[in-house]
Amino acid sequence: MTLPLIIYRSLRQHALSTLVTAGSIALAAGLLMVVWMVKEQSQKAFLDTSTGFDAVLGARGSKLQIVLNSIFHLEASPGNVAAADFEQIRKHPAVKTAIPLALGDNYFGYRIVGTAEELFTTVEYSPGKRYVLEAGGRLFGAGQREAVIGSFAAARLKLKVGDTFQPYHGLAFDPKAQHEEVYTITAVLAPTNTPADKVIWIPITGIQTMKGHDPRMATDVSAVLIQLRSPTAGFMLDMMYNKQGNRLTFAYPVAAIIADLFGKIGWFDRVLALVAYLVALVAAGSVLASIYASMSARQRDLAILRALGARRRTVFGAVVAEAAVIGALGAVLGFAVYFGLLAGVASVIRTQTGVAIDIVAGHAILWIAPLAMIGLCALGGVVPALKAYRVPVAETLAPTS
Amino acid sequence: MLTVSRLVKRFSSPEAGGAAVEIVRVEELSLAAGAHVALRGESGSGKTTFLHLIAGILAADEGRIVIDGEDVAALGESQRDRARAARIGYIFQTFNLLQGYTVLENVVLGMSFGPGGVDRARARSLLERVGLGHRLHHFPRQLSTGQQQRVAVARALANRPKLVLADEPTGNLDRAHGREALTLIREACREAGAALLLVSHDPEVLAQFEQVRDFSEINRPRARNSP
Repeated sequence: MTLPLIIYRSLRQHALSTLVTAGSIALAAGLLMVVWMVKEQSQKAFLDTSTGFDAVLGARGSKLQIVLNSIFHLEASPGNVAAADFEQIRKHPAVKTAIPLALGDNYFGYRIVGTAEELFTTVEYSPGKRYVLEAGGRLFGAGQREAVIGSFAAARLKLKVGDTFQPYHGLAFDPKAQHEEVYTITAVLAPTNTPADKVIWIPITGIQTMKGHDPRMATDVSAVLIQLRSPTAGFMLDMMYNKQGNRLTFAYPVAAIIADLFGKIGWFDRVLALVAYLVALVAAGSVLASIYASMSARQRDLAILRALGARRRTVFGAVVAEAAVIGALGAVLGFAVYFGLLAGVASVIRTQTGVAIDIVAGHAILWIAPLAMIGLCALGGVVPALKAYRVPVAETLAPTS
Repeated sequence: MLTVSRLVKRFSSPEAGGAAVEIVRVEELSLAAGAHVALRGESGSGKTTFLHLIAGILAADEGRIVIDGEDVAALGESQRDRARAARIGYIFQTFNLLQGYTVLENVVLGMSFGPGGVDRARARSLLERVGLGHRLHHFPRQLSTGQQQRVAVARALANRPKLVLADEPTGNLDRAHGREALTLIREACREAGAALLLVSHDPEVLAQFEQVRDFSEINRPRARNSP
């Protein structure tokens, strides 16, 4: 009863510095958790986003570029895969499924990707999950000027079943490069939380035969998404295309290539984490400074408590506990900072990549960071607590008479 | 109840080039249980230091302070703190109320370090006894000086002390309030069965006590260089 009362009254008496300090702790704890969770969750989300394929066959180039282009619909295609090459891999005995992709157009910056119907009818983009069309929709007809639109793109472009649009040439939006062809939306894809949500899907022949595209490449594809019959087949095809051949690149395994990407940008996480650690240290320092600064003012109160019978270790503990309570207050507020920041970051990642980050996912950092902040603050409270410990009662309370 | 014998306290004095100077040397002083004794003494005579020694706020250099059978002068600081919380109530000249705490909380804190723990009902009844039942949740700054003194009295009695030490308790009050406060202190101590040792230089205060001792006769510090 006594300790909570002492802490409560002290915090009330120094309400402004308590709030400012708790705010800086909230920022530190929130930042620490966000940095950690964005790293963890984005890595997990990207690694999980193989959209059901083991490998990608593309033109000669970087494996990462091919994967980003065909799985995440980012970057540009390094070139085309000839129809004969597509047929060869499609018929390869080690290949279970081969889905062609053709890129080159957009609609207000949202990519238009030509593909085969099997992508929606046979492929599981995640174990046990197939693409689902929202009610009232039907798949585009092969060779028709029809489109199935991803849920995110549909919402952003405000397009629905029955609406029409004219594609723009290129992957980047250029208002002067509009094609003549008019496409009709036949379905909206149910959300998948994968990059497919921000794509407008049309039959592959649509891209291949779009006016303005090179007619000599009318049968080429941009990349081929591949499901293998066995993992060993991947190494065999890797040997065939990457070591022995020199025209095509076989990007396999997809997950390892994405993991490699995260390895390359790992320094960014480390810089952010370092910033968060520094903010945490500054916050703990501000706890120390704010309590220490108030020690002269509260010296008399501490001496009175001592005169009432409080032991040195009681006043020492009260000051340390007060610092820990400020830390706890900051940690609680830190969750507001965390959810606010994470929601913002998740929204940016979703907009840019189509990958959805789980903002309510649990992780050890969500209790480690707040506890660490509380501990750090308690540690910051030790210095002023030592001052409280040494308060000379008789001198502070009264002059000798 | 209280026996002080051969008590000595020295302080290092800057005026004496940092050498230790005796402030208190009390050969003998006794106080029976429930007795009310006043010590007359001028400012600077060491009265407050003497009370601090009895309360255990200061450690004695020599001698014995036996309260209720225990020599508090022989105890370590932590044990003295505990002994003070258990047996002694202290009324300061400047009241020393905690300004950030309500009247009730001041009294509650007065009992929270003692062996009996917090008894809010007792804290309320003590405040009602000193006429502040309607000011429980006020802060000291919202009270008059006389009312603050009454809070200090209630707080000193919160732990059912065996001994109440009062250091110029009327020094900050006008004559009428001083008289009233003194009556209250003595009545409250009598009701609680506590002995009272009060120091003052005010003849009007001292006149109300049957037992008055001259502190200058009790306290005979040795001058420097004396054997």
